[in-house]
Amino acid sequence: MATDVVMPQMGESIAEGTVSRWLKKVGDKVERDEPLLEISTDKVDAEIPSPAAGTVTEILAKEGDTVPVNAVVARIAAEGEAAAAAPAAAPAPAPTKPEPAKPEPEPAKPAAQEKPAAQEKPAAEAAAAPQEPAEAEVTSLDERRRTKSSPLVRKIAKENNVDISQLQGTGVSGRVTKTDILEFLQQPKPAAAAAAPAAQPRDRATAQPRGPQFAAGENVRIEPLSVMRKRIAQHMIESKHTSAHVTTVFEVDFTNVDKLRRRHKDDYAQRGVKLTYLPFIVQAVITGLREFPVLNASMDENSIVYHREMNIGIAVALDWGLIVPVLKQADELNILGIARAVNDLGDRARAKKLTPDDVQGGTFTITNPGIFGSLFGTPIINQPQVAILGVGGVKKRPVVVETDEGDFIAIRSMCYLALTFDHRLVDGAVADQFMARLKETIEDGQFTM
Amino acid sequence: MPETTYIDAITQAMSEEMARDERVFLIGEDVGAYGGAFKTSYGLLDKFGAERVIDTPISEIAIIGAASGAALMGMRPIAEMQFLDFITCGYDILVNFAAMNSYLFGRACPIVVRGPAGGGTHGGPYHSINPEAMFLNRPGLKIVAPGTAYDAKGLLKAAIRDDNPVLYIEHKYLYRRIKENLPDDDYIVPIGKANVRRRGKDLTIITWGAMLYVADDAADELAKDNVSTEIIDLRSIVPFDEDAILESVAKTNRVIILHEAPLTGGAGAEFAARIAEKAFDYLDAPIKRIAALDVPTPYSPPLEAAALPDKTRVLQAARELLAY
Repeated sequence: MATDVVMPQMGESIAEGTVSRWLKKVGDKVERDEPLLEISTDKVDAEIPSPAAGTVTEILAKEGDTVPVNAVVARIAAEGEAAAAAPAAAPAPAPTKPEPAKPEPEPAKPAAQEKPAAQEKPAAEAAAAPQEPAEAEVTSLDERRRTKSSPLVRKIAKENNVDISQLQGTGVSGRVTKTDILEFLQQPKPAAAAAAPAAQPRDRATAQPRGPQFAAGENVRIEPLSVMRKRIAQHMIESKHTSAHVTTVFEVDFTNVDKLRRRHKDDYAQRGVKLTYLPFIVQAVITGLREFPVLNASMDENSIVYHREMNIGIAVALDWGLIVPVLKQADELNILGIARAVNDLGDRARAKKLTPDDVQGGTFTITNPGIFGSLFGTPIINQPQVAILGVGGVKKRPVVVETDEGDFIAIRSMCYLALTFDHRLVDGAVADQFMARLKETIEDGQFTM
Repeated sequence: MPETTYIDAITQAMSEEMARDERVFLIGEDVGAYGGAFKTSYGLLDKFGAERVIDTPISEIAIIGAASGAALMGMRPIAEMQFLDFITCGYDILVNFAAMNSYLFGRACPIVVRGPAGGGTHGGPYHSINPEAMFLNRPGLKIVAPGTAYDAKGLLKAAIRDDNPVLYIEHKYLYRRIKENLPDDDYIVPIGKANVRRRGKDLTIITWGAMLYVADDAADELAKDNVSTEIIDLRSIVPFDEDAILESVAKTNRVIILHEAPLTGGAGAEFAARIAEKAFDYLDAPIKRIAALDVPTPYSPPLEAAALPDKTRVLQAARELLAY
């Protein structure tokens, strides 16, 4: 029996995935659980292991193809039956498994109202996925009109990287109509306007994507955006549209932390953990968040959502983009626990082994441009959080130290910490008090190792 | 120059083609001395004689059968049905013989079967049919349905010159209501080509025959609300101008298919399916069909009016689409 390889469901709300790379080709032998392909979804990139041992007889989704969850992407024939399976005329790549449950319209059922009652997840999780109103259980016709709009609008949205759920529709049930999305695309956007001085009014009917237009043959190389790149672009712009970004920068003396780190480095290494500055910063952030919980919060139009858990997102730069795995309940870990978890998340991010759960539920984020030599950055908030800490490079600098015996110049390990906060919810005074507490904690260097 | 009525355009087309090509002749009930039940062939007997304008007994199968046989012998017959409702009596010879002949025996059967169709004239269930759907699924037969005097003449000439059997559907409501200035020269309207009757950008109405004028009225009304309606006059049902349909849908993204025959299994179903298959990504709203109710056309004038599509129904559908 040939075994079907299907696009796995990488998270509840995920309906499709993109084949980013095939690690085997037709005719290759493959062991059970041996990596077979790499996929990319709205949430994570992952390596998919082969469900069976045998020979790859068919590959039904090309690299770059986006297919629904459960669609068959390849077939594996067991030893000895490869020849029998091969002549089968290439079947249409239609999913042979039932599509994800397609509920019948049930206009009488107020689905939207039932959700809160059924929602028993902690607020943190509920707030963590605001970009996904189209959960799998959506059933009402109204809801589907809002989220699916029409084939034409979906096509225009895809071509222009627009999330239609973020637009206000004027059609039936609040549906985004062709006119709505074209008007949205016509609105000048600062970045697009600068990049496209030649942008001119278009005939709406042609529904061309706006922005700079390049044709093959010009002195450019054109490649399609990866799923990850599209999501990053979307999230960054959404965040800029959502929050009132303000950045405050503190200079922090890391000398004591540096001493501590050097003292324990080898000991940690023996336990298989690489000790960096990051665990100390995470713990200092936790101290600060305990005192100023408004920085560990989210907000909507009418309320502030204080998160009980302190789940710290750690931005990890990848060769092919950026991902922010989340260190869950970081407040319950000591330096060793944090260091181990941070190592693990970083390793798995680079190996594309993160699970959807690993990238959800963050309540505060730390990003570390310093490792590339940056003095400090002004990071963009990771929605729906309200603050993000950017860590500059730790560098020895001459510093004036004031003591009872008088002032003198010393060589100290210094670092700029930049906090971007959402001024809608967090006032400057609170943000700076938080940063002062952070600075004090780091400079004191009283960490339990 | 006097305007030509839709019915005179048909008479002119037959007369000119009979004069141009001696193989062309007319056969049907009362087409000779009486000049046709609607006077479509008035004067042709005098002009061309009884050998080329042939009266028959009341037998549609005999008319179509004789025409088909003559066509195989090299003639170009025009077979008239007094009402297209009765074409069902000749259905077998038309679809099983004339339409298939070139596929089965390699020899085309160039007949034109024509006659009056359509309602709105209080003709009741036996004199109001719009028969296109029951021929749509029978390969080998072309179907045209002109809605203007210009097309009535040009399409009939094209049908007579075509090497395939052609069903030519005349709308009797238009016979004497439509008048146009026609060109003096010999022209044809190619079969399979639609006419963009009115250009617009917000909404497309695909229609043909007498429904053109219902679409016109609705479009005029919509224009008062600044809605610009595109009207595609299909003219040919088989083969139909798929490109024209798809181009228009790609432009307006909203489409109404309007026809006078009943809804279920009507030709509109085929066009809707084609649009869904080939222009799915261009639809910003569901495809709407407006057609007659699924009933035989009633005798009673108020009931007939209620059964057939009208401006009110088109406007309602248009407004629903525009608000979608």
